[in-house]
Amino acid sequence: MQIECPFCGKRDAHEFAYLGDATVARPDPAVPDAARAFYEYVYLRDNPAGSHRELWYHSAGCHSWLVVTRDTRTHAIETIAQVGAR
Amino acid sequence: MTPLPQSRRLASGGLIDRSRTLSFQFDGKPMTGHPGDTLASALIANGTILAGRSFKYHRPRGILTAGSEEPNALVELRSGARREPNTKATTVELFDGLVARSQNRWPSLGFDVMSVNSLLSPIFVAGFYYKTFMWPAAFWEKLYEPLIRRAAGLGRASREPDPDSYEKAFAFCDVLVIGGGPTGLMAALSAARAGAHVILCDEDFSFGGRLLSEQFVIDGQSGADWKAAAVFELEQNPAVTLMRRTTVFGGYDQSTYGALERVGDHLPVPLPHMPRQRLWKIVAKRAVLAAGAVERQIVFGGNDRPGVMMASALRSYVNRFAAAPAQRLGLFTNNDDGWKTVADCIRAGIKVEAVIDPRPAIPEAFRQLAIQAGARLFEGGLVQDAHGTARGLQSIDVMTSTGRTESVAVDGLAVSGGWNPAVALTCHLGARPVWRDDISAFVAGDTPPGLVVAGAATGAFDLRSCLADGVRLGAEAAQAAGFTAVAPTVPAASEETLGLMPLWKVTGARTKAFVDFQNDVTAKDIVIAEREGFRSVEHLKRYTTLGMATDQGKTANVNGLAIMAALTGRSIPETGTTTFRPPYTPVAIGAFAGHHRGKHFRPTRLTPSHAWAAEQGAQFVEAGQWLRAQWFPKPGETDWLTSVNREVIAVRGAVGVCDVSTLGKIDIQGADAGTLLDRVYINGFSALPVGKVRYGAMLREDGIVMDDGTTARLAQDRYVMSTTTANAAKVMQHLEFCHQVLWPELDVQMVSVTEQWAQFSIAGPRARDTIQKLIDPMADVSNMALPYMGVTTITVCGGIPGRLFRISFSGELAYELAVPARYGDGVIRAIMSAGAEYGIVAYGTEALGVMRIEKGHPAGNELNGTATARDLGLGKLMSQKKDFIGRVMAERSGLTNPDRPSLAGFVPVNRADRLRAGAHFLGLGAHPSASNDQGYMTSVAFSPSLSHWVGLGLIKNGPNRHGERVRAYDPVRRGDIEVEICSPVFIDPEGGRLRV
Ligand SMILES: [Zn+2]
Repeated sequence: MQIECPFCGKRDAHEFAYLGDATVARPDPAVPDAARAFYEYVYLRDNPAGSHRELWYHSAGCHSWLVVTRDTRTHAIETIAQVGAR
Repeated sequence: MTPLPQSRRLASGGLIDRSRTLSFQFDGKPMTGHPGDTLASALIANGTILAGRSFKYHRPRGILTAGSEEPNALVELRSGARREPNTKATTVELFDGLVARSQNRWPSLGFDVMSVNSLLSPIFVAGFYYKTFMWPAAFWEKLYEPLIRRAAGLGRASREPDPDSYEKAFAFCDVLVIGGGPTGLMAALSAARAGAHVILCDEDFSFGGRLLSEQFVIDGQSGADWKAAAVFELEQNPAVTLMRRTTVFGGYDQSTYGALERVGDHLPVPLPHMPRQRLWKIVAKRAVLAAGAVERQIVFGGNDRPGVMMASALRSYVNRFAAAPAQRLGLFTNNDDGWKTVADCIRAGIKVEAVIDPRPAIPEAFRQLAIQAGARLFEGGLVQDAHGTARGLQSIDVMTSTGRTESVAVDGLAVSGGWNPAVALTCHLGARPVWRDDISAFVAGDTPPGLVVAGAATGAFDLRSCLADGVRLGAEAAQAAGFTAVAPTVPAASEETLGLMPLWKVTGARTKAFVDFQNDVTAKDIVIAEREGFRSVEHLKRYTTLGMATDQGKTANVNGLAIMAALTGRSIPETGTTTFRPPYTPVAIGAFAGHHRGKHFRPTRLTPSHAWAAEQGAQFVEAGQWLRAQWFPKPGETDWLTSVNREVIAVRGAVGVCDVSTLGKIDIQGADAGTLLDRVYINGFSALPVGKVRYGAMLREDGIVMDDGTTARLAQDRYVMSTTTANAAKVMQHLEFCHQVLWPELDVQMVSVTEQWAQFSIAGPRARDTIQKLIDPMADVSNMALPYMGVTTITVCGGIPGRLFRISFSGELAYELAVPARYGDGVIRAIMSAGAEYGIVAYGTEALGVMRIEKGHPAGNELNGTATARDLGLGKLMSQKKDFIGRVMAERSGLTNPDRPSLAGFVPVNRADRLRAGAHFLGLGAHPSASNDQGYMTSVAFSPSLSHWVGLGLIKNGPNRHGERVRAYDPVRRGDIEVEICSPVFIDPEGGRLRV
């Protein structure tokens, strides 16, 4: 499998480290229900069969964190962008 | 012993080179063959019928097929370190000096004591593992499994390191053609003529597929001649890569294919510098799967007897290898294709005794052929049982169309139950094959993007369709890859028909009828599975082990499915589908490992002082990828503890130096660098003054300690962080995550500088005296100018830029001197000269460890992935004024419970006792059980300063139990001693030595 890094081009998947769901956001620690919010942020994950936005790190490349939209059934990659990029 | 003549070699014909003779041995018997033979064909030419014993029942087995689908003829190939079990004799290319042994027999193949298993067969029926050996579980490992394994028998691995090398390689092409039979050759020609870069792979050592084994005529030439011309044209084309002996074993994402090239397997020993096998990753814009089809059996009594063979395999041996598997043959076929066998036998002079065709009416031409062969014809007949011994077949029982049973004497039986398209590669990405009633076979369902199936693999079993498919799909593949295909011409070939009448299993067999030969699964096993409710294909498979052997049931699965369908009154597609996973045929682990073995498994990183340390005779230890000096033995020191004690005493008494360059170093810069550190560490760093160093611990978001180390502030907007050796890359990734994903608004940049700096710890009461001699004049490193936890920029040895950190892991007055890595070798030598007058020693990781344990510093053993900051005595560092990673989760009740195992020191009550890391703590007199477990000893060391062993450990409520005694229980090493809980800081608890 190859992943097209927006900075480095197409590279073997071995160059990347996988983290997981890119849709969860670190909660505000000041909210009243922070304990529950963090519990959900750290542990609760959807496991969709289909399109999934996930974080990959180009560890053996430019060290960019990327958001990869991948179909979990086919591994087909729809989009790849640097995290936070619009 | 001189080899006997090849008694079953036909006088003429075949694609073998009779001008050369190859010698080989099978079970110690010398035999000969010719180039072009496989081991199987050479065995047949030598009249060998019996090739091995079966896995479970030790039944005698012969050669069933002529290809990679072979379930029976598995041998141990070669000897010594190269001995390889479970090698298919049908795919081993004969070479001079080949040595092979049959498997699963004791004491000899002909007389096998374990065939008594056959008499015990009631206990080996479906599900026997589940039923017979249920209880007690502990018996499995010690009793049942060894027993079953010995009885069942598998080949023996060599137990020696593999002396050969394996390679990995990548290839890219426009069109990958998988299979070099008529379809594949045609597809390759068609794509290559369009200008595409083509790779053509075939598992055989010769291209041609069935063209080698049948009497085909194409464009007026023999199939073999047409093939030779096609291969010649492809060889002349520089854009074509021909890969013989190469199995495309897997299809993966993004049009990537795995292939195994057997580079040196056909040689006795690979040539110098030649890998034995090469693992290819082939990325193809388009791929044509022309893998052909696998002939399937018909299940009847004794269908596994030596002498029973697939009809197509028999034709391979006769036509391609000029070897006669039988002299008086029976043919059992439910389709027209099987009848080719009769014509080929007439040509080769093999007597066909009988043809049994279950179809009620067969074409007139076949009746004439039977007459010509002098064979009895049983139209509408069935073979119910085959009888024979380990030496071969004797007779078959034929049920005639009128219901009589007749015995026919034969010494061989060719069987054709039709063909299963080889669609494995279309399933590797999850698609399932679909059933086609008209050919009674599964064909490809959805195909992976970029892959098309052609020829017999689609169920088009006649040569005309195969050639036409190849022409068309090869051209389309080239076009899809951006080329313009020339108008294709399809070579002329004679017409063929299939005329199949499905027949999976003959009823009324009186003897054992096998479905899966390799795993010894019988038709009766399927009946039992059905009766006991294991009717779904997945259950059937697991309960009976059908199709779970190394051949993945290539000759078995569809028959098994059909039998289950008949039992349950469902259609085959209703019953289920077979599916396939990579690899298509087994691939040696060595090929996947390639060069990544032994010391090449991962790179070895050397410290800047490595060459110097090696000169000193240092003992090295692997720390992750690093090789670090463990201790430096002096002449006369034979015991590691003696050396380590000397090093520790020297540091605590005078001065020592240790290379600490392996610690991770991250340079962090930017206006918000301090803010980032505040959020990453549990304690604060933004208020750290310039020129100061602070110890910090960081958590994972779940509240568990991730790493620790010191971070120095070099400037208002610049810090340098140190991490543990093991976590350097992980922390870097974590910081990048925090910056890029969590807080991109922070103005901060970071880079790993671990390898840019050589860093030496200089520790001991004479450390400052030593340092003073190294640094260039004008720099003031007095206690006043550079106090404990200070950092300054200096130059050493006449202008080498460096950083001097006043930090200590040993508990002594200590500095860490960092210089650019290229000066590391020179600087370690300079440090040793400077310290010589004070008696400086070099110390290694062992002495480093002893001193950190004496000082109670948690390290890798304590940062065990379950310990919190509080557990490690770092609770006071956790800031209440700011958020940081892990802060919220660290407050969970389970993590703040004072009963959690927490850091404490331990000394043996009897000071002569040795402590052992890993020992578990139990209350005095408590029964050793998990419920009484209070924690465990994480690190131990012999303290030369205290003259007894000291330990660190995590024990329930540790900090509040100093003075209490517990048991340190270590059943693995028979240790059970009393220890006293104490402060983890054994030396200089006030830290006075650090600040002098
Ligand atoms: Zn990149």
